[in-house]
Amino acid sequence: MHRIHILVAMDAHTISQGARSVKDALVKEVALAGLADDVRVVETGSLGIYDKGVVLVIFPDAVYYVGVKMEDVSEIIAEHLLKGRIVERLHYLDIPSAEGEVGEKSARIGKQERVVLRNAGVIDPESIEEYIAHDGYEALGKALTEMTPEAVMEEVKKSGMQGRGGAFFPTGLKWSFAAKEKSDEKYIICNADEGEPGTFKDRLILEGDPHAVIEGMILAGFAVGAHQGYVYIRGEYHMSIARVKRAIEQARAHGLLGKGIFGTPFSFDLEIREGAGAYICGEETALIESIEGKRGEPRNKPPFPPSVGLWGKPTIVNNVETLANVPQILRKGAEWYKGIGTAKSPGTKVFTMVGNINNPGLIEVPMGITLREIIYDIGHGIPNGKGFKLAQLGGTTGGILTSEHLDLPLSVESLREIGAGMGSGALLVVDDSQCVVGLVKNFVEFFVHESCGICTLCREGNGRLLEILDRLTSGHGTARDLELMEELANTMTKGAFCGLGQAAPIPIIGCLRYFREEFEQHLEKKCKTGRCTFEAADTAAA
Amino acid sequence: MTDYTAVDRIIKSYETTKTPLIYILKDVQKAYGYLSEDILTRIAKKVDIPLSEIYGVATFYSLFTTKPKGKHIVRCCNNAPCYVKDSKEVLAQIKSYLGIETGETTPDGLFTLEFTSCLGLCAVAPVMMIDSEVYGNLTPEKAIAILKDYKVKGSSNA
Repeated sequence: MHRIHILVAMDAHTISQGARSVKDALVKEVALAGLADDVRVVETGSLGIYDKGVVLVIFPDAVYYVGVKMEDVSEIIAEHLLKGRIVERLHYLDIPSAEGEVGEKSARIGKQERVVLRNAGVIDPESIEEYIAHDGYEALGKALTEMTPEAVMEEVKKSGMQGRGGAFFPTGLKWSFAAKEKSDEKYIICNADEGEPGTFKDRLILEGDPHAVIEGMILAGFAVGAHQGYVYIRGEYHMSIARVKRAIEQARAHGLLGKGIFGTPFSFDLEIREGAGAYICGEETALIESIEGKRGEPRNKPPFPPSVGLWGKPTIVNNVETLANVPQILRKGAEWYKGIGTAKSPGTKVFTMVGNINNPGLIEVPMGITLREIIYDIGHGIPNGKGFKLAQLGGTTGGILTSEHLDLPLSVESLREIGAGMGSGALLVVDDSQCVVGLVKNFVEFFVHESCGICTLCREGNGRLLEILDRLTSGHGTARDLELMEELANTMTKGAFCGLGQAAPIPIIGCLRYFREEFEQHLEKKCKTGRCTFEAADTAAA
Repeated sequence: MTDYTAVDRIIKSYETTKTPLIYILKDVQKAYGYLSEDILTRIAKKVDIPLSEIYGVATFYSLFTTKPKGKHIVRCCNNAPCYVKDSKEVLAQIKSYLGIETGETTPDGLFTLEFTSCLGLCAVAPVMMIDSEVYGNLTPEKAIAILKDYKVKGSSNA
C-alpha cells in the first residue's frame, strides 16, 4: 500500500514544459531513495494550473508544486518526502479545486463547480479502475439494468441540458429525433474535432477523464438504439487520441464495450476516427463527410443527422463536454442538474480563459457567472498594468463584449439578447494595447484559411473582407470601405451555406458597433495603439 | 519507378474498415513522405474511387501534402489567442532565421514552415508544433533556440 501519491499533471500544456522528464526523474529518484513501496508517482490530467510550467501535487498533504524542473526533483524528495518540509520556493497556493476537496482559500474555488471536470487531475486517466472507484460506470449500470431507453432519454430531457458544442440545442430532444427513426443501424458520434481558436476544454476532458466521455456515448447509444459509436478526434491532438484509444481498450476488456454489456442484451462498440486538419469538420455534417472518407464539406440541411447521418443512417453528433455531463445527470438525477446554473441555462459551463489575462486556463463554473468574476476574480485581471479593451466569447466566430458587459450574467439567453453567444466557451481577453482593426484582420485571415470553399459568400466574402482590412491597416482605406465591410458582413450572416460562413462576420459586426471610431481613425492613417505602421505598408504597396 | 508494396499493404490493412480513405492517405504519407501523383493513382485504382476525388481529399486537409517536405515540419499558430500574445513577432524571427516564407522548405531540406490553426494550447500562447512535439510560451529567442537544437541534431544524424 502506498502511503504517498505524487500526481504529475500530464497534459499538452505541461508536456510542452517538460513534464515527461520530470516524472521520469521522480520515479527514478523515489526508487533510489528507497521509497518505492511508500510513494507512487502517477500521471494525471490537467490540474487546472496552466502557465506555471510543470505542475504536481503530493497527497495526502495536497501540496501543489509548480515550475518544477529536473534539478528540483531531488530537493522535493529530500525535503518533502523524507523530512516532511514543504519546498516553499515551488509551493503554489492558488489551487483549483475538485469538488471542494482541497485549497479552500483560493478564489478559483469559491466560484468553480466541477461536474464535467470532477475527475480531471484527481484520477489517473489511464486507469479504468480509478474511474470506477470514483463512481464511474455506475450510471451505465443503473441505466442498463434498471431503466428503459425511454426513461434514460426522459431524464436527460428533464435535466434541460443543452449541447455544449456551441449551438446549445437541447440534448434530450436531439436524441428523441434519432430514437423515433426506424433503422437497422444508428450511430453515435462524439465530436472531438475541437478547433475553435482559444478552446481546449474538450482536449482536457479527453486527456483527463476519457472514460466519462465513453460512458456518455454508451448511454446515448442505449437511449436512441445505436450499437456503434465513433469518436472523431482532430489529427493534431496526439495525446487525446492515445488516451481515448487506451480507455476504449480497457472498457472492452472490462466488458463495458462489446456484446452483452452488464449481462444485458445491449451491445455497443466504439472506434476512433482521426481528422486530418480542417476546422470546418467541427460542423456536424462536414464531420460525417470526413468519416465517410470525403472532403469535409457541409451537407444541405434538412435532412438533419438524427434522420439521415453517417452512411445515410440516423446519427447523433454530440460534443465531448455534452457527453461527459450525461453520466452525472443519470447518476444524480435531472433535479440535481437543474439546481446548478440559471433556470433557462442549467448546469455548468467549461470556459477557457486565454489572451491578455494573468491566470489563463480552464475553469468550470455555473451558468450565470459574470464576465467580471471570470476575468478579475478567477483570471486575476489583465497583466502589465494594461486596461480591458474587449473580450470575445465563443472562439473566433464569437461575439464581442466590452466593459459595458462586465456585469452581465453569462447565460445562453442573456447573451442571445445582445447578439452574442457562449459558443465553445473560449474567452479571449484583449487588452487596450491591441488595435481593433488589426485584431479583426487576424480573425478574417483565419476564415480565409479555413473556409471550405463550397459557397461563394464565405469563400469570396472573407477574401474581399481581408482586402478591405489590408487597405485599412495600410492607410489606404476609404469611408466606402467601412460601408462595404458592414454590408458584406451582414449579407454573409444571412446567405452563407453553413454555420461557419454565417458566424464568421459576427465579431466584425461587433467590433464595428463598439469601436467604429477606431476604424474611422485608420482612414486618416491614425492608429492610437501604434501597431499599424502605415509608412512601412506604403513602401510595401508601392 | 515507385515501389508500391507499402501502398498495397496499407490498403489491405484497412479491408474491414468502412470508408477508410483518410486513414489510407495518412499511413501512405507516413511511409512515402508525401502523396505523389503516382501514389494517388495507385490508390485510386486499388480502392476504386476516381483519382479526381482522391486528389480532392488529399488537397482539402492541411495534414496531407502532395509535395515533398522538409525533415521537420514547423507549424506556427497565429490565431487570435496567439496573435494577442505577439505571435507575429515570433513568426517573423523564425522566418528570418530559416530564411524562408511560410509554405517553403529550407534549401538543406531540414525544415518546412507552415501555419497551423489553433492547437488548443492557448494558455501557454504563443505556440508552435515541430512534427508532433509542441512548444509553448514562446519568445523569438526561445523559438530560435529550439530550432537551433533541431539543426544540431539534424546535422549530427546526417
